[in-house]
Amino acid sequence: MNITENQIEEIKELEHNIHLFKVKSPEIANNINPGEFLNIRISELAIPLLRRPFSVCDVENDSFYFMFNTMGAGTKLLALKKPGEFIDVLGPLGNGFNIEDDFDRAIIIGGGLGAAPFPFLTRLLKDKKEIITLIGGRTKKDVITYGLENISVATDDGSLGFKGNVVELLGKKLDETGNVKSKIFACGPTPMLKALKILTEQKNIECEISTECAMACGFGICQGCPIQSAADEDKFLLVCKDGPVFNSKEVIL
Amino acid sequence: MSEVDLSVNIGNLTLRNPVMLASGTVGYGNEISEFIDLKKIGAIVTKSISLKPRKGNKPQRILETAAGMLNAIGLANVGIEKFITEKIPFLKKQDAPIICNIAASTIEEYVECVRMLNDEDGIHAFEINVSCPNVNEGGLQFGNDLNMVGKITEKVRANTTKPIIIKLSPNVAYISDFAQAAKKEGADAVSAINTLVGTAFNIKTKKPKLNNITGGLSGPAIKPIALAKVLEIHRKVNIPIIGIGGIMNWQDAAEFMIAGASAIQLGTVNFIDPTASEKILKGLIDYCNKNNIDRISSLTGSYQLD
Repeated sequence: MNITENQIEEIKELEHNIHLFKVKSPEIANNINPGEFLNIRISELAIPLLRRPFSVCDVENDSFYFMFNTMGAGTKLLALKKPGEFIDVLGPLGNGFNIEDDFDRAIIIGGGLGAAPFPFLTRLLKDKKEIITLIGGRTKKDVITYGLENISVATDDGSLGFKGNVVELLGKKLDETGNVKSKIFACGPTPMLKALKILTEQKNIECEISTECAMACGFGICQGCPIQSAADEDKFLLVCKDGPVFNSKEVIL
Repeated sequence: MSEVDLSVNIGNLTLRNPVMLASGTVGYGNEISEFIDLKKIGAIVTKSISLKPRKGNKPQRILETAAGMLNAIGLANVGIEKFITEKIPFLKKQDAPIICNIAASTIEEYVECVRMLNDEDGIHAFEINVSCPNVNEGGLQFGNDLNMVGKITEKVRANTTKPIIIKLSPNVAYISDFAQAAKKEGADAVSAINTLVGTAFNIKTKKPKLNNITGGLSGPAIKPIALAKVLEIHRKVNIPIIGIGGIMNWQDAAEFMIAGASAIQLGTVNFIDPTASEKILKGLIDYCNKNNIDRISSLTGSYQLD
C-alpha cells in the first residue's frame, strides 16, 4: 500500500448514473488483485473529511478502473472531476478473491453496485474457466452489467430477467446445471450475502464474499470496520485488513 | 541559520520533537510504520491497553460528520499480555518512543496494568485514559468525577516512576479543575482533549447510526473547542499540556502550542493521511526558521491576549 497522486485518463457515464473512472497508475495497476480496494481522498477540504473506499473494477495495462454512483457528498464531488485532473489514492488495500484454487466453473454474483469488482475478475478468468454471472437488483435500473460475460439477471420486481432475488436464481441454476466443480465469487448487500452463505453451505460449494462496512482509514489503524469471526466468538476481524473478501465460512454476517 | 531545537520537556519526559501520534489512531504502530519512520516522531501513544483483551463494540463503529467523525470502537485491544509479548518488541525494533495508554474499569486495574508495564524499558511514559466515551464501565464515569481522577492519578503515581500523563475529557464544565486534580496527585502532564460525546440518527428508521448510540467526535470540527480547553488549562494550572483535537496541518499544530500546549497529538488526520506527522513536523521547523525561533518549546503559551 502506498499513497500516490494519479491522473484521471477517462470518465465514462454508464447507465443509471454510474460513473466509471479510468486512472493511470502503473504501480497500482501492476499490483492490485480483483476484490482489493482503493481509499480515495476526494478533496483537501474538511468536508468530506474521510477517504472513500472503492473496489477496483478493472485493470488494463498501466491503468485501473473504479465505478461508483453518486450517493452522498463525497461521491457527488468526485463526479465533478474531469479527465486530466489528479486524485490522491491510497492502495491497493485488503485481500481480494482467490482464483488459484481448484475449480472449473466460476459463478459470479453481484447485487446492485456489488457488480463493481467483477470486470477485473472476469478478465483474469475468462480464458481459463467457465464463467456464469448472475446479477441482481430491486428493479432493472439497479442492474449493472459492464464488463461482465454470460449474464443472467434477477430483479425483485421482475422488470428484467428472473423475478426474484439473485440467490433464488442461483438455486435454480445449480439445480439445472448439475455437477461442475464450482466456486462462487459474490459482492452485494449484506442480506444477499447472508442468504448466499446459507445456500452455499447447504450445497457445500466454495463461496467467497466481498463484505462492506463503514471505515475511516482502510488499513487497520482506526479499527472501525469489525466483522464477526466464525472461528472465534471473542474476535472481530477487520473488513479492511482481513477482508474485504472472506471465505463465507470465515465470518458471521 | 542554526538548527531549531525541537526537543520538548513534558515533566520528566523529554521528547525529540513535539509531534506525537494519538492513542487509538495508530494501533500499535505496525500499519503506520509502512508510511512513516517511527523513530522520527516525538512519540507514539499506543491504542488503549486493558488488563484483559477487549473485543470492542459491534458495527457500526464509525460515522463521518460535518468536518469530523464519530467513533465508538469500545477500546478494542489485545490485552496487556499480548501487548508485552507481541507489540512492544515491534515498536522497540522501530526505535519508536512509546507512550502506553491504559484504560481500565477499576482503580485496581489501572494499578495492575502500570505495575505489569513499569519494568518495560521501551515505554517512556503512561497516558492514563480516564475519558473514553464509548464504554459502560470506567471511561467517562471516571473522567467526569474529580475525586476519581485524583484517586486514579494518586494510585498510579504510587506504582510507577515513569512519567504519567492524564488524558482529560472535554465533556465537563471546567477541564482545568481536572488538570488541577491530576497535578495535585503527581501527574507530570495532561493531554487535552479526548473526544466529545456525540450522536446521529437515521431519520427513516429513527435509529441511531452508531451501534453504541453515542460516539466520540473528533476531527477539525472540534479544534476550536480543544484550543479553548488547552488555553483554559494553561491559564489556570501550571502543568505541561499535550494538545489534541482536530489538528490537520502544521498551522493547527502551531496554534495549539501558542495556546499553551508543550506538544501535540495527531489523531483523525492519520486516517486520512498516514504521513501527516512528517509533513506537520517539517512545517513546524520551517515556521520556526522563518520566525527566528531557535527553540520550538518557546512557542508554548506564547499567546498575546492584549
